[in-house]
Amino acid sequence: MKRVEITEKAAEIVRQLQAKHGDLIFHQSGGCCDGSAPMIFEKGDMYLDESDILLGEVEGVNFYMNQDQFEYWKHTHLTVNVTEGRGASFSLEIPLGLRFLIHSRLLTEEEASFFNPK
Amino acid sequence: MSYSKPVFKDKYSNFINGKFVPPVGGDYFENTSPVDGSVIAKYPRSQKEDVENAVEAANAAKDAWGNTSAAERARLLNKVADIIEANLEEFAVVETCDNGKPIRETLNADIPLAVDHWRYFAACIRAEEGSATELDQHTLSMNIKEPLGVVGQIIPWNFPLLMLSWKLPPALATGNCVVLKPAEQTPSSATLLMEKIADVFPPGVLNVVHGFGPEAGKPLASSSKIDKVAFTGETTTGQLIMQYASKNLNPVTMELGGKSPNVFFNSVMDEDDAFLDKAIEGAVLFAFNQGEVCTCPSRILVQEDIYDAFMERVVARTKAIVQTSPYDINSMVGAQASNDQYEKIQAYFKIGKEEGAKVLTGGEAAKLEGDLANGYYIQPTILEGHNKMRVFQEEIFGPVVCVTKFKDEAEAIEIANDTMYGLGAGVWTRDAHQLYQIPRAIKAGRVWVNCYHAYPAHAPFGGYKKSGFGRENHLMMMNHYRQTKNMLISYDKNKLGFF
Repeated sequence: MKRVEITEKAAEIVRQLQAKHGDLIFHQSGGCCDGSAPMIFEKGDMYLDESDILLGEVEGVNFYMNQDQFEYWKHTHLTVNVTEGRGASFSLEIPLGLRFLIHSRLLTEEEASFFNPK
Repeated sequence: MSYSKPVFKDKYSNFINGKFVPPVGGDYFENTSPVDGSVIAKYPRSQKEDVENAVEAANAAKDAWGNTSAAERARLLNKVADIIEANLEEFAVVETCDNGKPIRETLNADIPLAVDHWRYFAACIRAEEGSATELDQHTLSMNIKEPLGVVGQIIPWNFPLLMLSWKLPPALATGNCVVLKPAEQTPSSATLLMEKIADVFPPGVLNVVHGFGPEAGKPLASSSKIDKVAFTGETTTGQLIMQYASKNLNPVTMELGGKSPNVFFNSVMDEDDAFLDKAIEGAVLFAFNQGEVCTCPSRILVQEDIYDAFMERVVARTKAIVQTSPYDINSMVGAQASNDQYEKIQAYFKIGKEEGAKVLTGGEAAKLEGDLANGYYIQPTILEGHNKMRVFQEEIFGPVVCVTKFKDEAEAIEIANDTMYGLGAGVWTRDAHQLYQIPRAIKAGRVWVNCYHAYPAHAPFGGYKKSGFGRENHLMMMNHYRQTKNMLISYDKNKLGFF
């Protein structure tokens, strides 16, 4: 059972970025201004610690979210997608004229009891 | 009255060392207008080399500029103010075209406020004094303020010229040279300003480099040849910039996001008078600037005994908002600044509905006609729910407000502070005790009391919690751009007697 998944279109862009930049991570940015987006960085570029929750792995890329934010997101299932457009962050896909985005849905009861056991 | 899209050149350059120079790599990106989706012009897609050239020019200029008298620096800041003011309409139309905000706001708020910030810091630098203390009969401690040197500034797209005018004047007034990167969504007004003021400052004092975050923003923030980074924007990017700065032990100031509560106590409805009318407008200010404000009052908290009556009037006032061409002086809410925002806001509508929020009005994109059909318009929207919902916790950056009710003062404070941000807040009441005590209890850098969305120079502005730190718009900002040189002077002729 996976908490984070990725569309094929987004996976292709991830592979393209891996070829150029090497190992990568996703960090779901806080909901603010240009945020609320999954940002992709070179592994090691962003300082991570125990306050960053590892939600899973997509296309060989670990997907993290800050603990504060996770409290409000833990009942959701996430899918990374990609679309045309211009974000304003330091995320590596921005210069391609693309940006990653998240589709979210509520976890099913089965998923919820698996990921958030009472 | 209505304006029309201004005329632009096909492409523009960076402004480095007093000259317009094309990007070294020869790459450009296309900038579009959110009003109708049309192309504005091409702007440089700068890379590390361009940033390095700008940083080098700034370093070459910093000694002379740092030694320029306060009188001369202030004169040049005032000159910039005069030039913007003399071309106010032109700047306003360009800003509306590039950002999508209504022309009545650029004419009456963005551009006049920008002018005032230049004048304010010109005045501050003339009026301030250093300090000296006689520590004992023979010893004087003298404090001299020195510029840091070269400052990197990265600004957002929601108030392009105004954010530039919050950042540049305190840095320049205090004798620093600057490399500024405007947001790639809204490079136009910064470029227009450089065209108008190209000869005002000595070459290298002020440099503007366009481009994307990972390609131009990162090299600027991580450069070992700058002395400070100032950033307004999003929290994750803020964290990254702080990390890069930490490698150089550089100071930073950060103005980040918010999820600001706007709290209405029951006394606002004691009378049906001008003040109640003001309070209702205060609630509807969530739609100001399409909600693309870091202090957007995006959570309305209403005391439960007036909730129905108060919200009925807020909903009616929201429905009366005129949404037409941003170039039309009657337009109250314009286009979202980008397709990115436009889609994100709609995704939040879906999230809110899934979480069980009730739509009181709006809740969809707005379809405008003709050329505007390709623009990015959203209906002003009110969602009703509770504070644990994602739409109550995340900054939507659209004309969208989430409303909930509270029982008493304690619950109002608890909900108001239940957020990771602390930038702005509003408190509305006729009760003299609440007027003081509630704002003191809210953890935010700016609490508007019986008003909202005023940003005058000389009222310090900045965040608590994950909304950042530093206080802009106020003379205290000058010290964020300076060192203190302490000279400890002995007037004693006699030796210590140690050796």
